[in-house]
Amino acid sequence: MTDAAINAGAAPREQGPRPQLSAAEARLKKRYRSEMWFKAQGIAAIVVAMIFLVVLVGRIVAQGYTTFETHSISVPVYLNPDRIDRSALDGVNYDYIVAEAVMKKLNVQDDDLGTTSGKVMDLVSRDLGFQLLNQIKADPSVIGKTIEVTGPVKADADLYYKGEIKRSTAEEDRKLDNQQLAWLDQLEKDGTVKGGFNFGFFTKSDSTEPEQAGVLGAVVGSALMLIITALIAVPVGVLAAVYLEEFAPKNRWTDVIEVNINNLAAVPSIVYGLLGLALFINWLHVPRSSPLVGGLVLALMALPTVIIATRSALKAVPPSIREAALGVGASKAQTVFHHVLPLAMPGVMTGAILSLAHALGETAPLLMIGMVSFVPGVPEGFTGASTVLPVQVFIWENASERAFHERTAAAILVLLIFMIVMNAAAVILRRRFERRW
Amino acid sequence: MLTWLSLLFLALFALAAFLLGRGRALKAAGGASVRLHSLPNYYGAYAALWAGAPAALLLLLGAVFGGRIEEAVLQADRPAAVSALTPDRQDVFFSDARAIAAKEAPSEVVYEGELKTALDAKVEESRKVTATVRYSTIALAALLALIGALLALPRVGLEFRARNRVEGWINGLLIACSVAAVLTTLGIVLSLVWESWRFFQSVSPLSFLFGTEWSPQIAMRADQVASAGAFGAVPLFAGTFLIMLIAMLVAAPVGLYSAIYLSEYADRRVRSVVKPLLEVLAGVPTVVYGFFAALTVGPLFRAGFNAIGEGMAGGPLDGIAQYLMQVQNQMALVAGVVMGIMLIPFVSSLSDDIINAVPQSLRDGSYAMGATKSETVKKVILPAALPGIMAAMLLAVSRAVGETMIVTMAAGLQAKLTANPLDTVTTVTVQIVTLLTGDQEFDSPKTLSAFGLGLTLFVVTLALNIIALRIVQKYREQYD
Repeated sequence: MTDAAINAGAAPREQGPRPQLSAAEARLKKRYRSEMWFKAQGIAAIVVAMIFLVVLVGRIVAQGYTTFETHSISVPVYLNPDRIDRSALDGVNYDYIVAEAVMKKLNVQDDDLGTTSGKVMDLVSRDLGFQLLNQIKADPSVIGKTIEVTGPVKADADLYYKGEIKRSTAEEDRKLDNQQLAWLDQLEKDGTVKGGFNFGFFTKSDSTEPEQAGVLGAVVGSALMLIITALIAVPVGVLAAVYLEEFAPKNRWTDVIEVNINNLAAVPSIVYGLLGLALFINWLHVPRSSPLVGGLVLALMALPTVIIATRSALKAVPPSIREAALGVGASKAQTVFHHVLPLAMPGVMTGAILSLAHALGETAPLLMIGMVSFVPGVPEGFTGASTVLPVQVFIWENASERAFHERTAAAILVLLIFMIVMNAAAVILRRRFERRW
Repeated sequence: MLTWLSLLFLALFALAAFLLGRGRALKAAGGASVRLHSLPNYYGAYAALWAGAPAALLLLLGAVFGGRIEEAVLQADRPAAVSALTPDRQDVFFSDARAIAAKEAPSEVVYEGELKTALDAKVEESRKVTATVRYSTIALAALLALIGALLALPRVGLEFRARNRVEGWINGLLIACSVAAVLTTLGIVLSLVWESWRFFQSVSPLSFLFGTEWSPQIAMRADQVASAGAFGAVPLFAGTFLIMLIAMLVAAPVGLYSAIYLSEYADRRVRSVVKPLLEVLAGVPTVVYGFFAALTVGPLFRAGFNAIGEGMAGGPLDGIAQYLMQVQNQMALVAGVVMGIMLIPFVSSLSDDIINAVPQSLRDGSYAMGATKSETVKKVILPAALPGIMAAMLLAVSRAVGETMIVTMAAGLQAKLTANPLDTVTTVTVQIVTLLTGDQEFDSPKTLSAFGLGLTLFVVTLALNIIALRIVQKYREQYD
């Protein structure tokens, strides 16, 4: 033992590991192992979260990007005067006239039962028929002439061109039979059907036919609703925050208001929907499913977050600014409105934009106030029936037709782009104007 | 249109009052504004406020409550033929009368005989009442504006403290805005309690809270054949709890571990990449998560379980295998897992703040004693941050309980009392959505039960938030 102690400096290792040290080493090893293990768990958690994000966004892009391509068909249509009853233009079967033109392209004859024309009608959107009707109504002299119309193919045909409906699937399991697929191939080969960017998705509103459904109505509805929300939530929220932060005396009342605001921020959004239904619709008779009532509900929902964000922006303005202003003789109100609030404005605007972005994505409360109703066309102002983007997503997700699934994902992409733009605006605002005191 | 026009006139009038007030003050000072108590604009603002604000408020109130006044006047006397109708048919009658008067589309109810004459009379009356209410509001507003301007303008003078008066107005506006938050809460509580009260008159609160059968499909008309309806909400509470539990099992470990890693281990570069990405995850609308759950996770889980079932079929656990082969897309597990993903950034950012709030001196002390990082985290930081983390978890639970879209799109509608995560369950929020979308009749317990559920939801989430706040206040360690 003594020898070992003396020789320790020279060659301690060669004498074999001492029992105590080995226990300590083993313990150390164990501790390092548990350290590594703990760190690995942390990394795993982050990796899992990131995988979730990638899968979520990736899936939606993968499901949705096909919507932005579509196939349209152009055919010369002979407007046979024998078939078109000038006295009842609305009653004419324009779809059949279009189908006839397509059959002529395909060189097939209709049979007595109309099976062939029925099959052809399943390939071409009814949009073309409506175009004919509108053209005739605008100028009746086209009857008897041949005019060229262009419109989308039916959603199922579009899916076939995009490879979503495959020839390898058993014939009875797919919507289109072999003959229809052969026709589609032929039409694409002779250039009657062409692929291209789906402008219709951005210029049309909701429809029961997937190939005619677009997001314009929902986008306009969202914009109208967000205007109402912004006009109410931002001024009221900012002024409330100014009062609580700068003017309010510290007493029980302001404490109540403060606790209240914090609790309101955590109330589930669906409860705001119930409030909107009971208060705005049943009691005040604001029109159902209008951007007005949606905006009011979302304004109440966004109010607490705007207040909280504004208060933290006001807190960040140093007291020296207030003291300087008061020192040169400004009143309290002048101090706040001429100096403190303008200096806090970047933070206020950032918070406001973020809470509006959040409101833009909100769905649940809007279901309560009738925004789920089917609204073809663009909303007619603040009190007209309307739908909004997230609710449009919900409606389309419920639709059974497969072609609506890709449209749902595409609508989500549009929604996400709006949200990214708003968030980016908030970040830029913060980066550009934020002051460090 | 008329309201907008009158508002425009009011704005012009207020502007005129502003110019007059300002001019009067300057005239009193002989052009030298230094002699005035306040800046000249304050005199103008004072006059403009008195001229514009009360009248604008009246017009606003008229726009909001005018319809209700008209309704009350219209319904004050009911012809005998109308009184004979059922209460909801009476409502339809009056709303039709108002719709026809306003040249809007009435309902499809056909009125004949005495009812038709009563309707025509009411339409006429409605037109008159509408015109009376509208014009009298505008006339009153004009009077108020005039009186305001006439009272305010003569007071403008050299010694008049216009700035103090205007600031008094501003103060009033600020207080009104902060009271809006309180009014929102009051509105929530009152509307929920009022409608729930009506619900609890037909269904006893005890059978609502403790009943184990939920089937709100009841007859809308007396002659319809339908079950009597049962409003025992326990299956909904159980379903909500099950999904919340699954969500927390995903969100709590992943969120907490990523918060620990980000605040204790990660260098600045990793933080600057991961934190914004987590914020993206937090910013994704819940309807998107719902879509993801319904069309990606649901089919995936189903295929997975079906495959496992097929692999096990015929073995010793054949019963389970048969069950797994029949699993459907809509199950508690799918909704729970996706909700957990949604909550990860929420848990992570809250825990991150709390861990960062633990003073550095505690870490330094621990390192000085030779502790490794993980030991410091486990033995020093987590115990110090525990109350905050508990509070964060409770807030996440509150979010999970109130979350609507994911469960609406991915859970299910069948109210089942089960603890099986592969089964379809329904939640409180799903039922609220189902009960309140589509046709509603506001005196059937079916629709009103949604408000009972809403009240329960509100009370539970409020309690969770308050407990979370209390935990933080009570158990927070004081280090300074």
